[in-house]
Amino acid sequence: MKGFRYLQHVATLELNRAQCTGCGRCVEVCPHGVFAVAEGKARITDKNACMECGACAKNCAAAAILVDAGVGCASGLINEWFRERKMRGVGGNCCS
Amino acid sequence: MPGFLGWRATAVGRVAEIATTLTFGDLLGRWKARWGIGRMSYLVPAGLYAVGTPTADDPVLVTANYKMSYDIVRQALSGRNAWLLVLETFGINVWCAAGKGTFGTDELVRRIGATGLARVVSHRRLILPILGAPGVAAHEVTRHTGFAVLYATIRATDLPEYLDNGMVTTQAMREQTFSFRERLALVPVEVVMAQKPTVVVCVVLFLAAAAAAGPVNALFVILAWFGAVLAGTVVTPLLLPVIPGPSFAFKGAVAGLAWSILWYLVAGGAGWGRATVGAAFLALPAVSAFYALNFTGSTPFTSRSGVKKEMRLAIPAMGCALLLAGGACLAGLFL
Repeated sequence: MKGFRYLQHVATLELNRAQCTGCGRCVEVCPHGVFAVAEGKARITDKNACMECGACAKNCAAAAILVDAGVGCASGLINEWFRERKMRGVGGNCCS
Repeated sequence: MPGFLGWRATAVGRVAEIATTLTFGDLLGRWKARWGIGRMSYLVPAGLYAVGTPTADDPVLVTANYKMSYDIVRQALSGRNAWLLVLETFGINVWCAAGKGTFGTDELVRRIGATGLARVVSHRRLILPILGAPGVAAHEVTRHTGFAVLYATIRATDLPEYLDNGMVTTQAMREQTFSFRERLALVPVEVVMAQKPTVVVCVVLFLAAAAAAGPVNALFVILAWFGAVLAGTVVTPLLLPVIPGPSFAFKGAVAGLAWSILWYLVAGGAGWGRATVGAAFLALPAVSAFYALNFTGSTPFTSRSGVKKEMRLAIPAMGCALLLAGGACLAGLFL
């Protein structure tokens, strides 16, 4: 995304090129231009731009994409941490 | 029903016709939602709506039942004939609802069935917002309903161009932006969300500081804290691309440090004791950093893994800074 760059080398995005059918859905749904399709296969061209929204994996009919998608805000993660320990959260969810 | 004009007869019975111009009440409602007033009950009924005088050949657009989403989409369809399929997302916008899965495959499939859409239109195409894709598996929708999913644009304001363009998405339409204006729109709700804990903390701080150093000094303490909250919730979002570092906590700490220096100069820091100076320069950046880190939840480019990584380092650092600041205050009192 122009003018913005978050932490590098952290995205969990993985593409299994052997499974890819080159349909191009990932290119259509990615808001950060992470993918490109060439010669019938998708390719990750800018992994560091990935925000792990999970749109590509969800829309991949060939199930060739893996990404750890989910709530990405601090208060949401703190709440998740509390929930995992069966404790009541303190704050709200970011998108509640 | 906001924007209701009348009824339109279709193959499955009557469908509400809706206006594409927003009234003063709609704009006031949007302003209130931006400020967090009644935001969680700002919704419209899910279902199928008619924009203009649509026929069986006209396009079907899908959106969430957050009223702001519904308003922005119907406004973008001004002067056109189209069907608007509103999903039950419980008053949450498309992007957040997609993340939760309520703007999702199941709800879309269910809503297509419940509205009898297949009998209303003769084609089998649905136009969805790109930011709805994290919740919707297009191929599953097609498998269950026969409708093909077209991910059109990120912003509803690009819909007219998309529709005029023969439903072709240009590069610009699928490119996420986060302009000053877009960030400015998010600031009020950041401030409102921070309000409650800030009031509690300020009351406690005021009482403690008043007991130790008198009410005037206590007032200075809560003003300093309040400024740090604003540095994290207002200054950091607005100046986001200008403040150095990819880490939001770091950006917030920089804004908080700037505020500490400003406050030192404005509030007569030269006359403060060493402990007070130390406490201010530790606590204020930590508070600002916390709110800046929380802003990752409102941006369209921060990843979950990135936020996790930041938090592992930043939360203990903030905790230490606050403890040290508290320690410095106590030391200043007794030493």
